[in-house]
Amino acid sequence: MSDNRRKFLKKASAGAAAVSVPMLWPASASAQQWNNQPEKGATLRVLRWKRFVQGDEDAYMANVKKFTEKYGIAVRVDNEGWEDVRPKAAVAANTGGGPDIILSTNDDANLYPDKLLDVTDLSDYLGKKYGGWYPGAQAYCRPDGKKWIAVPLGCAGSMIVYRGSQVKAAGFDAFPKNTDDFLKMFKALKEKGTPGGMALGNATGDGLWCNWLVWAFGGMLVDKNNKVIIDSPETAKALEYGKELYATFVPGTLSWLDPNNNKAFLDGQVSVTNNGISIYYAAKNATDPKVKEMAADIQHAAFPVGPVGQPTESHLFFNQMIFKYSKYPKAAKEFLRFMMEQEQFDPWLTGAGGYVAPPLDTYAKSAIWTADPKNTPYRDAVKNMRPAGYAGKLGYASAGAGADFIIVNMVAEAVSGSKTPKEAMQRAQQRAERYYKV
Amino acid sequence: MLPAGVLLLLFLTYPLGLGIWLGFTDTKIGRGGAWIGLENYQFLWSDSVTRLALFNTLFYTFIASVVKFVLGLWLAILLNERLPLKTFFRSVILLPYIVPTALSAIAFWWIYDSQFSIISWALVKMGLIDHYIDFLGDPWNARISTIVANIWRGVPFVAITLLAGLQTISPSLYEAGAIDGASGWQRFRFITLPLLTPIIAVVMTFSVLFTFTDFQLIYVLTRGGPLNATHLMATLSFQRAISGGALGEGAAIAVAMVPFLLAAILFSYFGLQRRAWQQGGSDK
Repeated sequence: MSDNRRKFLKKASAGAAAVSVPMLWPASASAQQWNNQPEKGATLRVLRWKRFVQGDEDAYMANVKKFTEKYGIAVRVDNEGWEDVRPKAAVAANTGGGPDIILSTNDDANLYPDKLLDVTDLSDYLGKKYGGWYPGAQAYCRPDGKKWIAVPLGCAGSMIVYRGSQVKAAGFDAFPKNTDDFLKMFKALKEKGTPGGMALGNATGDGLWCNWLVWAFGGMLVDKNNKVIIDSPETAKALEYGKELYATFVPGTLSWLDPNNNKAFLDGQVSVTNNGISIYYAAKNATDPKVKEMAADIQHAAFPVGPVGQPTESHLFFNQMIFKYSKYPKAAKEFLRFMMEQEQFDPWLTGAGGYVAPPLDTYAKSAIWTADPKNTPYRDAVKNMRPAGYAGKLGYASAGAGADFIIVNMVAEAVSGSKTPKEAMQRAQQRAERYYKV
Repeated sequence: MLPAGVLLLLFLTYPLGLGIWLGFTDTKIGRGGAWIGLENYQFLWSDSVTRLALFNTLFYTFIASVVKFVLGLWLAILLNERLPLKTFFRSVILLPYIVPTALSAIAFWWIYDSQFSIISWALVKMGLIDHYIDFLGDPWNARISTIVANIWRGVPFVAITLLAGLQTISPSLYEAGAIDGASGWQRFRFITLPLLTPIIAVVMTFSVLFTFTDFQLIYVLTRGGPLNATHLMATLSFQRAISGGALGEGAAIAVAMVPFLLAAILFSYFGLQRRAWQQGGSDK
């Protein structure tokens, strides 16, 4: 947080209680107009991913209750593991029946944009009121730069989680900011007997670090014209670097799915990994004193910058889709608006303990990001992320390539020595070209 | 007859027909597709991942089915003997089968965990190994590990069904064999096995079908990893069609399984079930 912002917040909190909230949030907020009348007798069904942290679900359901009390609209919320939401959303899109609203992941909205309600009015309203949508959120939900096919919810930041004491013992007082030092740190940690490790199995969320690796060295699956260019000297450099990094990992990371690194970290078997804030959340709220004690030692950092000279973060994005088949589209829009308004969204962000990074600039000012400084690195995850299909456009091809783990498997093949970097790149190129043939 | 016919058409023929049709199109999730003939199949034939998935499926099915048969038959014969607490043991043997697949898969996921495996832990404690076994992180280890989990789950079905078959064999045949001086192996070879053949045909047909189309176990344990080494045709079909949105291509992978399944059924039908002696004639 900048000094100016600190001063501003101090002044704001010192003001009269009656004006404290308007001071905290932009003055333009109250100027935005929203006209929408939900259908009479409307009821809604919402399908969302199951909680990662309990506070998220509790706060979300409290907001749902508030909505029902205010509008008299009953809302049924179903929770599914987020790996299972995507298939259900796909079936809903294909059959034209199912929940009115689905909260899903990554580029799902781009798989079936024609089946989704145009939410441009709602997104414009929210964007103007809350400081504007970050570019990454727009890339996912406004693929043509005009029409919004979904309302961004935020993303689960894939940041570095590390044991401060162990990194320090390995000779690093501050977390490395570039890839060279990052590698040195992993080597030192291995020598100290406290290795790191990151998932290389078919892990949808935690496998995203492979995008960072490729992008950090200038590699890309596709260029701006969606031409597949993964078989490149830049990717080769990334894979050679990855081989050195992998050599320092704790054994078994080739099999790691999304929950594995959480377990290994909380058991003290790895000192550094990539994850959402859930590891820290679990440690803070643990009943086991040994795990709870670990919370004080847990630190977070952004991924280091590679030779490209700029951050290349990749995070798990969440979107909110209203399906055209909904009998109550106005009620559905009203529900999303209500949930995204500051009175509801801010308590929900707080309840989620920093698990979801906001897509709107104003919500970066939420107290959750500074109440505990360890939360702060997750705050700007949406702001800094590159969309999954970088540098091309999102759509069926990017979603298919991601779901098929093309990048993750290419990295896993090359770093484990199962294939040479060249062979791994060629396989990835061939598989990606199939998707991008559309 | 009419309701049964309608049900068959609605729930069996239509989905199969739709799947075959989709395999000839480039249909995507939420979008209708155009007829592209054999293009999906041509691509899949050239796709190294699909070929690997086919190899994995055949390997998985062959090894798991053979071991399940051998273990199942052995258990069935054992449970058919006069054992103390026979009823108890018959109930216990069914346990792996009645536990939901997803639940047993999660149990195996823990057993095979690279950091927390109880097997590795026990072997290390016993001093037999000095580092944890990478059950699911090495391609061949992962293939074998998933097969073991499938065998554990599938053996009860084979054992209990064969036990039912064993109990239909008249004890007088064994008594006659004993009077003629037949050894234990001869009684098994010339009485048990021939009379059990029809039930073996049925149980192995189902066992092969279930194994070939296995999905949940792989999905929970590995999601097809590492390096696609445990992708079966069913999991790859799901990944391409539903997660990836390529419905046509995913359907083509699923349809490509049909010839193998038909071959298993036909082998059972013509090779095992329709022996002439079972129809009152004599085998040549």
